[in-house]
Amino acid sequence: MRRLIVPLVLAAGLIGITGWMTSLGTVGIYRIPGWNEVFTATFQHMQLVLAAEGLAILIGVPIGFIVSRRGLRWIGAPLMALTNIGQTIPTLALLALTSIILGTGFRAAVVGLLIYALLPIVRNTYAGIQSVSPAVKEAAQGMGMSRWQVTSRVELPLARPVVIAGIRTSMVVNVGTAAVAGMIGGVGLGKLITVGISVNVFELVIQGAAPAAALAIVLDAILGLAERWMTPRGLRKDTLRAAKRAAAPVRGVTSAAP
Amino acid sequence: MIRLENVSKVFADGTEAVKDVSLEIAQGEFCVFLGPSGCGKTTSLKMINRLIPITGGKIYIDGVDTQQQNVNELRRGIGYAIQNIGLFPHLTVAQNIATVPMLKHWPRERQRARARELLDLVGMPADTFIDRYPSELSGGQQQRVGVARCLGADPPILLMDEPFGAIDPITRHKLQEEFLKIQERLQKTIAFVTHDIDEAIKMGDTVALMKDGELIQYADPATLLAEPKDRFVRDFVGADRVLKGLRLLRARDVMRAPKHIIEIDESVDRAVDVLDKHRRSWLPAVENGRHFVGWIEREDLESSESLRDALTPAVSTAAPRTPLNEALSMMLGSATGSVAVLDNDDQLVGLLSFGAIRDVLAIDDESENE
Repeated sequence: MRRLIVPLVLAAGLIGITGWMTSLGTVGIYRIPGWNEVFTATFQHMQLVLAAEGLAILIGVPIGFIVSRRGLRWIGAPLMALTNIGQTIPTLALLALTSIILGTGFRAAVVGLLIYALLPIVRNTYAGIQSVSPAVKEAAQGMGMSRWQVTSRVELPLARPVVIAGIRTSMVVNVGTAAVAGMIGGVGLGKLITVGISVNVFELVIQGAAPAAALAIVLDAILGLAERWMTPRGLRKDTLRAAKRAAAPVRGVTSAAP
Repeated sequence: MIRLENVSKVFADGTEAVKDVSLEIAQGEFCVFLGPSGCGKTTSLKMINRLIPITGGKIYIDGVDTQQQNVNELRRGIGYAIQNIGLFPHLTVAQNIATVPMLKHWPRERQRARARELLDLVGMPADTFIDRYPSELSGGQQQRVGVARCLGADPPILLMDEPFGAIDPITRHKLQEEFLKIQERLQKTIAFVTHDIDEAIKMGDTVALMKDGELIQYADPATLLAEPKDRFVRDFVGADRVLKGLRLLRARDVMRAPKHIIEIDESVDRAVDVLDKHRRSWLPAVENGRHFVGWIEREDLESSESLRDALTPAVSTAAPRTPLNEALSMMLGSATGSVAVLDNDDQLVGLLSFGAIRDVLAIDDESENE
């Protein structure tokens, strides 16, 4: 529980700031949106993130797993290179592209986010499965585990912490990217921020940005707990380090992207 | 019983890893596959449990063609231990050991009881270790768990791929000794891979020496050392093969009954008489019949009034089952150049001398000249 204190304090502080901005009522000639609107926007934002994230997990984990299979390794390496390149495409450019193809709105925003959220998940799933020692797999097979048993009893449990780390990274990136997607889709906290920027009202921008940051912190903390909880006890110390190593390059991009 | 019949392996890239190997490992026999790296020994081993598919020939276990069996069932009936151990890091020691019992759907309690039993067998206190994770064990302990795991469901056959390869020499030596004791009790049929000739000689009932995928010589260690089939075998077993061979002999095989002994309470003059008569410079001294007390040396007698004054206690003595290499090093450290062989009650049962050992090794000299 101690690891929850810092995120909760930070999130509370950010909500406080949001409340402060909301309580202003008006700035100059502009009306500041009320609690209702902020709440709706945050809820929409979360929907956007969770929808994209859920789809990304459903699609990304199987892709990462499949390309880690022996017969498909030749796809694996180039695909990982591709996901690296994918990370370097500016968020705004990608979202603009999807909006050109799919138009604006919630669905288009979800698709744009999904593509972005997919990359760390595919990457970490692949890395996690690859990181399972060949000796361990050989021992499993040699003792008479079927292919499916090797996967379900050995590979997946051992890869799980790394996969979760990927989901966590992807989720946090997603909250930030969703703000940009909101500008295009006209949904979520991105909408508040866009309005704030266009009329040049600082308070309005903060009112949209602070809850987004709070959301990112809370989701990260929850997934941090999940990561710990889903790491088999026998590997808590050492593999967590490996998991972070696998996630590191992705995180590096994170801070630069939104 | 394991039988390989004209087994060969050609990998997809065309390398012939194993060429037409035939051999039979009898029930309860410890067979060591020995050879330099790339000789096909590991490939041969892995073809037995079909981790590597054979491309020619047949492998039978207890008369049944392994190709005809369900591969997972086959493997669950064969213990498997590898150099890198491959313990499952996310499972406890108990769960690791009970891997095959778990696959065979044994009840939980029985799996755990089995894990306890096997931890005891490999010399690890079950209460301390049963719920630990592999990352909490030392290398030697992990290796022990690896051995325990391959015995999990009490398979009649064990395949071991350099199971003691990755640990320090002292621990390895200890594990080898312990494993031999376990094997003495369990009498498993074992195929064991190593590149270490000393390990092969120490552990194996038989040794299958391989080179470039071919079985060069399949014999018991003594024969391999005494009658190496060709130059390769001779080089591989090493120039010190005669010394290595000593390990295979026991003191009781070479010792001679002591011809002349002296009772410690006899007079000095009597001892001098015996020494002169038989032209010896020393005699073993006994009391109460055959109880060995030490050596009487000629040069000490002149200044002594009784034999007890002149007595030189033995630095070390051998038992009938002492390996000859150890006995030899005792002899090198002994003033008389001899070692007394005593039974459990310190009764003198024989003497070891350089002459006796040389006589045994003389057989080797002849084979050398062939």
